Amino acid sequence: MKPDSRLSIAALTVERSRRAILESISVTFTSGKVTAVLGPNGAGKSTLLGCMAGLLAPSHGSVDLDGVPLATLAADERARRIAFLPQIPEVSWPVDVATLVALGRIPFRRIASDADNEAAVQRALQVTHTAQWSHRVVTTLSGGERARVLLARVLAGESGWILADEPFAGLDPAHQFEAADLLRSLASRGCGVVLTIHDLALAARIADRVVVLHRGRLVADDTPEAALTPATLREVYGIEAQWLAVRERSTPLIAIHGRHVG
Amino acid sequence: MSTRRWILPALLALVVLLAVASIAVGRIVLGWNVWLDQDAIGRTILLELRLPRALLGVVIGAALGLAGAALQGYLRNPLADPGTLGVSSMAAFGAVLSIFLGAADLHPLILPLSGVAGAMVGMLALFLLAGLSASALTLVLSGVILSAIAVAGIALVLSLSPSPWTAGEIVRWLLGALADRSLDDLALSTPLIAVGAALILSSRRALDALTLGEIGARSLGIDLGRAQWLLAGGVGLVVGASVAVSGIIGFVGLVVPHLLRPLVGARPAALLIPSAIGGAALLLAGDVAVRLLPGGSEVQLGVVMSLIGAPFFFALLYSMRRQVT
Repeated sequence: MKPDSRLSIAALTVERSRRAILESISVTFTSGKVTAVLGPNGAGKSTLLGCMAGLLAPSHGSVDLDGVPLATLAADERARRIAFLPQIPEVSWPVDVATLVALGRIPFRRIASDADNEAAVQRALQVTHTAQWSHRVVTTLSGGERARVLLARVLAGESGWILADEPFAGLDPAHQFEAADLLRSLASRGCGVVLTIHDLALAARIADRVVVLHRGRLVADDTPEAALTPATLREVYGIEAQWLAVRERSTPLIAIHGRHVG
Repeated sequence: MSTRRWILPALLALVVLLAVASIAVGRIVLGWNVWLDQDAIGRTILLELRLPRALLGVVIGAALGLAGAALQGYLRNPLADPGTLGVSSMAAFGAVLSIFLGAADLHPLILPLSGVAGAMVGMLALFLLAGLSASALTLVLSGVILSAIAVAGIALVLSLSPSPWTAGEIVRWLLGALADRSLDDLALSTPLIAVGAALILSSRRALDALTLGEIGARSLGIDLGRAQWLLAGGVGLVVGASVAVSGIIGFVGLVVPHLLRPLVGARPAALLIPSAIGGAALLLAGDVAVRLLPGGSEVQLGVVMSLIGAPFFFALLYSMRRQVT
């Protein structure tokens, strides 16, 4: 078990061309949990994740990792502790899978031995079940296969924090659950997992905690059931939805009836 | 993986073979006896003409191959090359300007340094025009613009100069060659190229990380601003110092990384050293070829490289046309 870690956001405001994309957000993420950041398009989810990964500079406010401002950490150190999966991951060259996953070890190239780096790459390939493709060229993989390989790249850093922007986009349901289970197991081993998801039902199923953003503001922060009330869903997403009373096999379900009219 | 192990020794062996050929081949073919006999003329040809020519082929070919691989890695585009991007033309402009203004007469280092300055201005203009996430189209157009400015500048400056051989001079700069250079040229340019190569090699981590795009690279702790300066300096030095000696020789940096990518893998940092050695081999081969071609006067090396490289560029652009439009 890793020691408890906290990623704290205090009064975070991000402005772009005089428009506030995030407005005084204060929220603390804790390790050992899967937290889903939800909200409709343009709510500021990706911006929040970008700030937490140290890639975007907030206009006001701060992001602290275990009490240390992220901005004061050396970039290498930050990258070793926080792994980030971008929403639209890019692969510019036809490298093979093992090479791509090894890119996740770049922040460690100067401090870890080649053998250690290689071992971490192998572990990441194993847990994502992508080892069988290690010699295949990434650009020849299907979208779903590629998404798993890119997740392996993120896991290769063996960071305490994993921030993933829409990690399940482009995966079929089986692989969505496989990836979700993987992230859950990482969280149960003490990792902090924060992700954005569009699929409310999936979010409700896999997240321990849900943070809902609406027009750059924090509107809910609780367990999925407590946060995703019909009222919140109506206000934020403009949909009529409810939690189903029947919860077979303890699978939480949200029934979306349609758009909210009125 | 096994192919990757033999490719580097094979390339090195090729360079040695071609260097020997470059020393031996010419209007007068030098045999092994030059080393054994007291053949004064043969020795002079060897030391004053052939040796500098072969060594410059190695150094400048390596510089152009390395610069091409680095630019392709940084811009994440296989069309990048100091020639196609106009960086070489800007280097030639810088060198020509220093000759015209008389600065080059003040100190022997001024000429190569002026080439370096021109190349660095070219790199900065390129970053300004194309940036990191440029499309192939933007990249090619930036190269067209920079080349147009530099070539017009070279022609203008040389036309204004009192030299009676203006036309010849313009051709000499625009279509470079390795003939008739001295060991002094080698001694002046090699240290600059070595420093530039060191700068380029120190950006290896950034080049690899950029495989994951700009955001991916930054999330891996890469300082892209630093990488940009390292490359502007590094490519500026290797290309500027090369062009100041040889004039513009295009397409080496385009062709070589592309040919080697299937052999050594596409990881940008892994491609740097092989591209340098491959660049040396290609330039030496071209320089031997110009001497073997029939005809009264020797064809400029730049002509041969363009004849090989331009159709190659055409084919590459054609295969990428969906991305371009």
